[in-house]
Amino acid sequence: MSVSRRTLLGGLGGLVLAVQMPPRRARATGTIVEDVTTPFSPNAFIRIDERGVVTFIMRNVEMGQGIYTGATLLMAEELDLDPETVQLEAAPPDVAYVDKDMGTQATGGSTSTMGEWVLLRKAAATARVLLVQAAATRWGVDPAACRTEAGVIHHDASGRAVGYGEVAAEAGRLPVPPDVSLRPPSAFRLIGRSHHRLDSPAKVHATAQFGIDARVDGMKFATVAACPVMGGTLVHVNEGAARAVSGVVDILRLPNAVCVVGSTTWAAQMGLKAAAPEWNAGENAHVDTALVYRQLHDGAAQPERGIVAQEKGDAHAAVAGAHRQYAATYQQPLLAHATMEPVNCTVHVTPDRCDIWVGTQVPLRARDSAARITGLAADQVHLHNMYIGGGFGRRLEHEYVEQAVQFARQVPYPLKIVWSREEDITLDRFRPAYVDQIAAGLSSHGNIVGVTHRIVGPAVVARWAPEGLMPNGMDGDLLAAAADVPYDFRASYLDFVRRETPGVVTAWWRGVGGTRGLFVMESFIDELAAVAGRDPIEFRRHHLKNDARAIGVLDLASDKANWSQPMPKGSGRGVAVQFLFGSYLATIMDVKVDDDGSVRVLRAVVAVDCGRLVNPDQVRSQIEGGLMFGIGAALFNEITLDHGRVQQRNFNRYRVLRMNEAPVIEVHLVESDADPGGIGETGTAAAAPALANALAAATGRRYRRLPLLGKQELDV
Amino acid sequence: MYDIQINGDVHSVDVPGDTPLLWVLRDVLGMTGTKFGCGIAQCGVCTVHLDGQPVRSCSLPVAAIGTHPVTTIEGIGSDALGQAVQKAWIDLDVVQCGYCQPGQIMSAVALLKTNPHPEDSDIDMAMSGNICRCGTYQRIRAAIRSAAGA
Repeated sequence: MSVSRRTLLGGLGGLVLAVQMPPRRARATGTIVEDVTTPFSPNAFIRIDERGVVTFIMRNVEMGQGIYTGATLLMAEELDLDPETVQLEAAPPDVAYVDKDMGTQATGGSTSTMGEWVLLRKAAATARVLLVQAAATRWGVDPAACRTEAGVIHHDASGRAVGYGEVAAEAGRLPVPPDVSLRPPSAFRLIGRSHHRLDSPAKVHATAQFGIDARVDGMKFATVAACPVMGGTLVHVNEGAARAVSGVVDILRLPNAVCVVGSTTWAAQMGLKAAAPEWNAGENAHVDTALVYRQLHDGAAQPERGIVAQEKGDAHAAVAGAHRQYAATYQQPLLAHATMEPVNCTVHVTPDRCDIWVGTQVPLRARDSAARITGLAADQVHLHNMYIGGGFGRRLEHEYVEQAVQFARQVPYPLKIVWSREEDITLDRFRPAYVDQIAAGLSSHGNIVGVTHRIVGPAVVARWAPEGLMPNGMDGDLLAAAADVPYDFRASYLDFVRRETPGVVTAWWRGVGGTRGLFVMESFIDELAAVAGRDPIEFRRHHLKNDARAIGVLDLASDKANWSQPMPKGSGRGVAVQFLFGSYLATIMDVKVDDDGSVRVLRAVVAVDCGRLVNPDQVRSQIEGGLMFGIGAALFNEITLDHGRVQQRNFNRYRVLRMNEAPVIEVHLVESDADPGGIGETGTAAAAPALANALAAATGRRYRRLPLLGKQELDV
Repeated sequence: MYDIQINGDVHSVDVPGDTPLLWVLRDVLGMTGTKFGCGIAQCGVCTVHLDGQPVRSCSLPVAAIGTHPVTTIEGIGSDALGQAVQKAWIDLDVVQCGYCQPGQIMSAVALLKTNPHPEDSDIDMAMSGNICRCGTYQRIRAAIRSAAGA
């Protein structure tokens, strides 16, 4: 298996997809993809029954990014269907849905549209060929003389017409062609035109079912507390007091956690409070934030080379011999996901079956873990994937499913576990903290002649998908916006000093590599422009040299934002340009800093070239939302540890951007016929550097530490 | 035993009086449209109306409701204003993950009830208690303006 986090998250364009259509039944081990009563299911993505009901099976989970709508548009385009008439179903865990780049069945890394672009159109085109073939055979005519429209096959010469459902059984008996051709873009009716989200009505009327909404006959409600210090154990539970709470039904234990079951979630919560669990904090009891940063800064100072990730020319010599040297160190914090839907999982374990209702970005991993824990076969575990109330990488983890199964196997009834918000943040798996040390040499003309860069921090991929680590030990995700940049630096050197964070588990978080990398790179470029006495956009444009798409978005954003118009005193305008996840963005942000130091983000103008647009308005939506997410994190957020415990436990101390703080965002889309790039994480990546640069323009001081509203001294 | 009036129907529920309305709705009555987010009235996803006023149901004990009528997201579309707001939400494709949107819609309807033509600053003030992690704020603003004009 070749798992490449570099193609997955590293922001390389032109992702090459080996399209291999998963069969309707992927393996003998228990797919529920194939409904045997359905006459026509040519592959793992499409079913059509005799009544003409078309069901699309959604390979990627919907967590807000709009992929249910995008995926449906891709298939409806080739199948000539009205998207509103199609039924959508979440894919079950099945190897048929494994994403080659992710190495498992997973939704993440801004890869959904890239991964589906050819795959789903081929799936639908294959279905159409078979349906037309069936009709043409029935009529004794040439398939080429038939056309399809709105779920009906027409033979215009004879005036005959037949619905897909009526030929579904015949089509289901035909051999599936190995390859089919796709509709040319000039013939697209759906792709490239904004289409309303298909999940909106259910979400607006609150009939949409998230994991937390699962209701199963006989189910009881539970909440849990795990040791707040990683690696610690449960020592004591005041069971008598807990059982005295009205509605408490059961108290369950694991070595590191307690679960209180009640007739309502409230009863469980009150029971847990009364249970007052006591912990042996274990070996991480000494960990605090200062230790985390000290280890990172120690790594930055080590004289030995780290893992060398890029070496182009002799960058050290180029910097040393340059007209002027310039260096900066940047520091970024641990971050929580804090999805609106707290972690939850509903499980029912019986002697020969395990059912799981959950929203997960990794259904196959979750199912296989449940099978291992229960001792059941994989096909005895039925995972029902539901809408996710915000993923951002949190649901790429499945330890909460494992915990829920471990508790649920202790009881005969279905167990619904909902974590409190405090548990959700304390026991989150965090975006790592990083320290970056970067230096450049400038020529006498103020041009960059070389860049040396060191990243210090964890390798998330080493835990999440060890096979994805590059042969030299590099986490390819960290190349984003560090080695993989649109700029031409002439000479560049990047090394990585791996320092795993003590006391926490680190994880993916909306654009890990790109988000952390772009803050460093685009802040540093801005500083270099200032040192060289040049305009930040002119300086970038000069160094983008041959990258026409990067220059295109930069010029468009500059124009739309009136870049050259001066800002009043106390206000500032900052820019960031990026090539991440296969997409180009230029973002210009305006901020105002009041006399009391309070910061107001006024406006963001974003130019986007993400290749061919599938659903343009949803690209806008993702950019708007991704920016808001990134602005909140950049301004406010830092998870800190004291005696191994997370100190921010709810939204009162983990501040989230609110309506009254949300800027106006203008998104300008570039028409392009390049293959689609990813978009879900790009806005988030843009936020911190554009903001930091705007603040620098407003205040005259540089911001090298996140969060921007926190103290700016580094913990060296 | 408490008799509470929700969306025009009276429900008798047998729970301790300190049980927040949120859990009565979700766990006892199976009305899962009202969401759980923080439990401390910081995020707004559990917003319902009590006598037409927006309240955080996670922090409203069932014993405190008395005869005051409760409206939830399941009942908000029963009048023209609720329908207009929900339609604006769909027309402008406000939702992303959608988890916070029932609470956002409840707060928006409450705002427009008392202030049919709000300025942006009114919207900001009325909606700042409702968090959206997907960052749909700009479209929420636009949808409220659109519903106000409807």
